[in-house]
Amino acid sequence: MRAFTRIGIVVGFATVALAGCSAENAPAPTAKSGTEVPAATGSTLSVGVMPSAAEAAQATTDKPAGDAKAAAAPKASGDTLIEASIGNVSSLIPNITSDSASHEVGDLIYSGLITLGKDLQVEPELAKSWSFSKDCLTLDFKLREDVKWHDGKPFTADDVVFTWEATMDPKVPSSYKADFQDVERVEKTGPYAVRVIYKTPYAKALVSWGVTILPKHLLEKYVKAGTIKEAPQNWSAPVGTGPYRFQEMKSGEKIVMVANPDYFRGRPPISRIVYRVIPSQATIFLEVKALGVDVANLTALQYRRQTEYPAFNKEYNKFRYPGAGYTYFGFNLKDPRFADRRVRLALAHAINKQDMLEGILFGLGTLATGPFRPGHWANNPDVKPIPYDPKKAAALFADAGWKRNSQGLLEKDGKTFTFELLTNQGNDERKKVAEIIQASLREIGIGVDIRILEWATLLKEHIKKRSFQAIVLGWGTGSDPDQYVVWHSSQAGPDDLNHISYTNPEVDQLLEAGRSSCNQADRVKFYRKLHQVLADDQPLVFLYWRDALPAVSSRVHGIQPGPGGIKWNFTDWFVPKQLQRYTAN
Amino acid sequence: MLAYALRRLLLAVPLLLGITFISLMVIHLAPGDPVEVQTGDMTERNIREAYKALREMYGLDKPLHVQYWNWLSRIVRLDFGRSFAPDGRLVLTKISERLPITLLLNVIEMLIILSLAVPIGVLSATRQYSAFDKVTTIFVFLGFATPDFWLALLLMILFGVQLGWLPISGLRSLNWEYLTFWRQQLDFLSHLALPILVATFGGLAGFSRYMRQSMLEVVRQDYIQTARAKGLAERVVVGKHALRNAMLPIVTILGLSLPGLIGGSVIVEWIFAIPGMGQLMVQAAFERDYPVLMGNLVIVSTLTLFANLAADLAYSLVDPRIRVGRRR
Repeated sequence: MRAFTRIGIVVGFATVALAGCSAENAPAPTAKSGTEVPAATGSTLSVGVMPSAAEAAQATTDKPAGDAKAAAAPKASGDTLIEASIGNVSSLIPNITSDSASHEVGDLIYSGLITLGKDLQVEPELAKSWSFSKDCLTLDFKLREDVKWHDGKPFTADDVVFTWEATMDPKVPSSYKADFQDVERVEKTGPYAVRVIYKTPYAKALVSWGVTILPKHLLEKYVKAGTIKEAPQNWSAPVGTGPYRFQEMKSGEKIVMVANPDYFRGRPPISRIVYRVIPSQATIFLEVKALGVDVANLTALQYRRQTEYPAFNKEYNKFRYPGAGYTYFGFNLKDPRFADRRVRLALAHAINKQDMLEGILFGLGTLATGPFRPGHWANNPDVKPIPYDPKKAAALFADAGWKRNSQGLLEKDGKTFTFELLTNQGNDERKKVAEIIQASLREIGIGVDIRILEWATLLKEHIKKRSFQAIVLGWGTGSDPDQYVVWHSSQAGPDDLNHISYTNPEVDQLLEAGRSSCNQADRVKFYRKLHQVLADDQPLVFLYWRDALPAVSSRVHGIQPGPGGIKWNFTDWFVPKQLQRYTAN
Repeated sequence: MLAYALRRLLLAVPLLLGITFISLMVIHLAPGDPVEVQTGDMTERNIREAYKALREMYGLDKPLHVQYWNWLSRIVRLDFGRSFAPDGRLVLTKISERLPITLLLNVIEMLIILSLAVPIGVLSATRQYSAFDKVTTIFVFLGFATPDFWLALLLMILFGVQLGWLPISGLRSLNWEYLTFWRQQLDFLSHLALPILVATFGGLAGFSRYMRQSMLEVVRQDYIQTARAKGLAERVVVGKHALRNAMLPIVTILGLSLPGLIGGSVIVEWIFAIPGMGQLMVQAAFERDYPVLMGNLVIVSTLTLFANLAADLAYSLVDPRIRVGRRR
């Protein structure tokens, strides 16, 4: 299924920051980004259980289950799939929502011009093909001619133009506006052909057209009147072009969707999808154990400790793949101590990231070498994680002028090396990360004070005002690797996202090059180079990517996990006839 | 009596104004606003303009007292407005689809609590320090001290996962539409069993202790002695003379718990995935959905005021010692 292109870093930050905030006895906040359901599952159940290093090391060698079992059964249609979500669905027009539950449902009802495949590569969906002009300013789409809206009306170029107009309409509360701000105009060049003209070359151009395309014939009057939210399509009668049709919704309880027999890629095998809203992660897990839910995300503890018994493994296949967010240990680079690259490298060598990953996530994650998701095309596989090496760290500190004093503390010009490490409240995982950093740095003579602050205070009083020394936070990444707003030196203003005030001319140049090119081969080069430069410079210490850990009923076949997750080929999933559990009609 | 009721009703108007204005201020004190929540609090610089437009659309750019005035002038026409959430539905629709289940759950719970708490309270008062008194005391305090969510999880594991007797969460089975009418009711009740059990267990303690306390006071009164001296059977003494008087404070407490019937129990609804008022309000609070929050506040505070009034009036009806508005 289509992974969501939008927001990328921007909202992703909030999501990752909020991930794990939900204590078991407080309702979870709505997850915000389209990509982050797994992260929002929280880590509260993993409190206090630390496996020995040996156990965890063994555990990391687990292969994702499922591949082997899903081999030979013949494809069949029928059955109902029950999915659980912690968030409520707030709207059925995904273009005006940002919560993950609405997007998961929206993905089944609607289609975009393009979609993302197994390795997060761009694949055609409503568009048959596309081409960029030489200067990357004009993007031409050829559309499929065999697509019908769920109400039987044909899908045409008008719908694409309308979707863009609606998104940019000032009265439409869309969070996708940023994706289209560089679009000068969208023209219909034929009944099934669309041309998009950009003001400046925009690398995310193609990916941004994964946005759900809306039916002009139904929504135009509501957009004109500024009442798109009140359209019946937003709540009780959505009409899309996607593989499933909306059947019914009970607010806060469930949504039922049925296979679309006229889907342009053929009717999907699974006949019915029931999307149940269960706000408590613990309840979802119990429902899974009682076989009441077929698809759910597990926490690391559940994955590792509470599902390792034969009866569970018979009923469910567990999967793991790198999630879209990484956790980092960042510095205020305006602080002269951290501005010294040798100090940053020394800190990176002084922290045992492998132990951190195993202690906190039971090894269910990947060490981060840079800001690109493992398996993503921008990720440079040649960049190796910085090893834990206290001796090297000590040597680097000595080189930078920091010597151990009589109390064993690092000292330079009569000042000892101490700093305050901030992170947000309610995220147990980050608190543990901060504590491990504190303990590792104490050994090499650095004093760390941990301060845990409420999210809004941390953001408004410290991060935005740049009044911090060091932080433990996370970044979410989108499907496009453009991270201009995070690393470019022009983005260090008070409201901007380059909180650490990073300036590096080489990085700036690579970001600009990557962002303004529409040549995939060039972009791969730019971003892989950028990955290397950032890893060598360590503007912040990249810690780890947490794995997404879905469990799917073992009667479902055809799942192929990849860097893009498991849902990318959802319309190929099927249940062999003899395994079908529900009769759907 | 009528004059008293009218005066109380008139007094309720300024009180409601005060409650809603202070609520609005407090709600606005929470960091962030609906637009920020919907679009993320970390936004790119160059799309700020769009957010400004949205803020204007919702009327959030105006000063607080103007916002309050606008809201008030709609609410007197019973127009609760539309939710700021992406569904943009009418506040009244959203509340009315969540209210019935919460009301049903809480009314059943309250009836069970009352029918258990009154006998428990009476028995443990008349047999003070007996084995029964001690056992029930321990039991109700256990109920009081047990966290709802923990008890709920244990019961779900036992009845839902291990024994498989009861459904774990939700309101209806997936095949509900295909069941016969009576099967449907049975299915629905089986879904309610655990939530009601959990909520009752926690709520029992308070009521039964109040009842016990009140009964203990009454049985020490002279008129109970008189009744006994007259040679009335103990059953009549306790059941008729003592119980009636002991019920008085319970009426007050009952009146005060009326708004709670609507507010819903957040934890029970959350853990059992019941789409009730508690969940709606928590969601609205997270999303800074001001119209839904304010709409609910108006309903709950109006109800509280009325419940108070009703309890006071009921008092004067039940208890001849309390007569309102009569001065010497």
